[in-house]
Amino acid sequence: MEKVIVAMQDPDMGMKMRNQRLLITVIPHAMTGHDIITWLIQKYSICEEEALHVGGMLVKYGYIYPLKEPRSIVLHPDESPYRFQTPYFWTSTRWPASELDYAIYLAKKNIRKQGELMEYEKERYSVLHKRINHTWDFVVMQAREQLRASKQRRKADRIVLECQEQAYWLINRPPVCSVPLHYTILHNILFCTLYCTLHCSAQYTILDCTIEASRRALGRNRVKSSVCLEGFVKYSEQYQNHDPIMQGCLPSNPWISDDTAHWTMNSEMVPTPTRLRVECWSFSFMELLNDNMGRREFMTYLEKEFSAENLCFWQACEELRHGETSRIAEKVEEIYKNFLAPGAARWVNIDSKTMDKTLEGIKRPHRFVMDDAQMHIYFLMKKDSYPRYLKSDLYKNMLAKAIVPQETKKSVFPFMRRQRHSSPSPAQAATTATEEDGRAKGAGQAGANSEGGSHV
Amino acid sequence: MSGAAGGVASVGRVQLKLRKTLKGHLAKIYAMHWSADSRQMVSASQDGKLLVWDCFTGNKLVAVPLKSAWVMSVAFAPSGNLVASGGLDNICTVYNIKAASPKTLRELDAHTGYLSCCRFLSDSEIITASDKLKRPQTIMFTNHIGDCMSLALSPDMNTFISGACDSLAKLWDVRDGACKQTFSGHTSDINAIAFFPSGNAVITGSDDCSCKMYDLRSDQEVIGYQDTSLNAGVTSLALSSSGRLIFAGYDDFNCHIWDSLKGEKVGVLSGHDNRVSCTGVPDDGMGVCTGSWDSFLKLWN
Repeated sequence: MEKVIVAMQDPDMGMKMRNQRLLITVIPHAMTGHDIITWLIQKYSICEEEALHVGGMLVKYGYIYPLKEPRSIVLHPDESPYRFQTPYFWTSTRWPASELDYAIYLAKKNIRKQGELMEYEKERYSVLHKRINHTWDFVVMQAREQLRASKQRRKADRIVLECQEQAYWLINRPPVCSVPLHYTILHNILFCTLYCTLHCSAQYTILDCTIEASRRALGRNRVKSSVCLEGFVKYSEQYQNHDPIMQGCLPSNPWISDDTAHWTMNSEMVPTPTRLRVECWSFSFMELLNDNMGRREFMTYLEKEFSAENLCFWQACEELRHGETSRIAEKVEEIYKNFLAPGAARWVNIDSKTMDKTLEGIKRPHRFVMDDAQMHIYFLMKKDSYPRYLKSDLYKNMLAKAIVPQETKKSVFPFMRRQRHSSPSPAQAATTATEEDGRAKGAGQAGANSEGGSHV
Repeated sequence: MSGAAGGVASVGRVQLKLRKTLKGHLAKIYAMHWSADSRQMVSASQDGKLLVWDCFTGNKLVAVPLKSAWVMSVAFAPSGNLVASGGLDNICTVYNIKAASPKTLRELDAHTGYLSCCRFLSDSEIITASDKLKRPQTIMFTNHIGDCMSLALSPDMNTFISGACDSLAKLWDVRDGACKQTFSGHTSDINAIAFFPSGNAVITGSDDCSCKMYDLRSDQEVIGYQDTSLNAGVTSLALSSSGRLIFAGYDDFNCHIWDSLKGEKVGVLSGHDNRVSCTGVPDDGMGVCTGSWDSFLKLWN
């Protein structure tokens, strides 16, 4: 935006300036709204509506201010006079506008006009007075100094400076402050700058990239943010029981109790997995595949359904993707022989388009050549076999068999039942009812347990 | 976002207790990374050593001496066999720690800048972040204008996200090296970045003292975590396994805990005598480990 302003002020190519008459003093360097619009149209070859819009933005953000009615921050495409704001007061250089400066400005105005502040200004003045009371002397002193210095200037200059300051503060402390201006400023300035630089001859590379990125972003498919946010909330809630920090952990968190039971119960291959683990498999297909035990179970199920080659193919592709570079060619050959060649032992059902593409890629094998086919099979399994697995007897039996580990007994001291879980213990909800009688029996029981349960 | 999470039960005050302090380093700790088995952890310090700890017993398992003491990042391979480190020497060195004595397996030295972060995709692939991002298969991801300070892999390993000193976070595709999305909004260097466990959002922490969560599918910032009382930059980030809690390490020697859905501060871990330089939550989510310039690693739960 600033480039536009600078271009406008260029003496040769820029705007035609006129002198403005204000009572008896003549104020130079004013221009009419109409001139602004015409110049914009000419320079950037844009239509009148756009010029009006861009001009309006320039006024809104304080680069140009109106002289006749300072409080209406719009661009009138007629004879109303405007002037450029001095760079000292540009939004980008002086933002954020500080409280102190505003206080000084209001104080000056108060002194000069003896109580002619507008309603909202009076309110803000008293609020500021309360808030920065400790530096109020400084504020008043500054205001007086600035007034004194300005008295020594020519009248024309003084009026110009006053106008500029007033315009600056009108922008930065508007009467009705619904949305903090500086938040919208950034958004809009960026947009405006992009817009202007699109037409400007000199273009920075950084802005080039931003424009590219924004353009790409506009073309990208997006999901509604409300949908996404709900997704996060659901995910967190779903996994809350599985989060040891939030929810505590059965039988006990090894870091707290120095007991590795949890790890042994959840290790790779156990005869009976824990209930939480089996439940996790129903959350998403990826969870099932990531857990080796889950994968094995799923394989057993698929074998019953005679579609095990899908999972085998998927596994082989995974190995290809993450394996050693030197063995890529050989692995691709194997996969082709076993799964893709016509009449192969474990032929997988891929649609012809993907098959053609993969066969083409095989001629120049690389790590990701099987990706399309792998994706296809993955989604096939996810949509078809996975839901059926979750409804199957195999899974239901697993869930029924799964154990919920008992919480390990409390610590050595029989009479002190310290809270060992920093987060709520999941077993606590169930045991609150029995806690009362438990405590009475606790002495006798814990006494017997202290030998067994004590640890270093 | 906090509106959407309005119906969710509040987390309340989260008070984690210090469970262990791991002492052994002699200088500032710059980086740490948990192993996939959630029990071992590797930490790097500028005294020129990588230490692999067994966090349950607190024992040091392996000590790897480094050729260059100026290490800035360390990574554990998912298989647990390899460890990689890198720093101001512009080289990413991969060590085999299962051998009798840790051997240097490979040195990747095609970087033009210091190595700020590295992550293993598998035993044979690693992504490294220096002033450009690279993979050994000579695919360079060049789009950041400032130094790339941190990177995080998505849970499905197809994409990763990087944060840089140009205050942008970019999402890259591992396969073709294209930058798929860019997120702006920070006003200063992004020091730390992490994926939300569902893989659909990214959390970034920056020198402007705030963290932000960006949603990948709707391509925008959804919530910011800032507090006027916090004047220190964020150095590192980690998320609890359900994604509800964010552990952010700050320059003010503390690690603050945020509720990711509601955007409120719910706790603080204080105990370090110097800036918290790295945080990490193991895969099983048992607790959080913070490492600091006071040369101690603390485990909290």
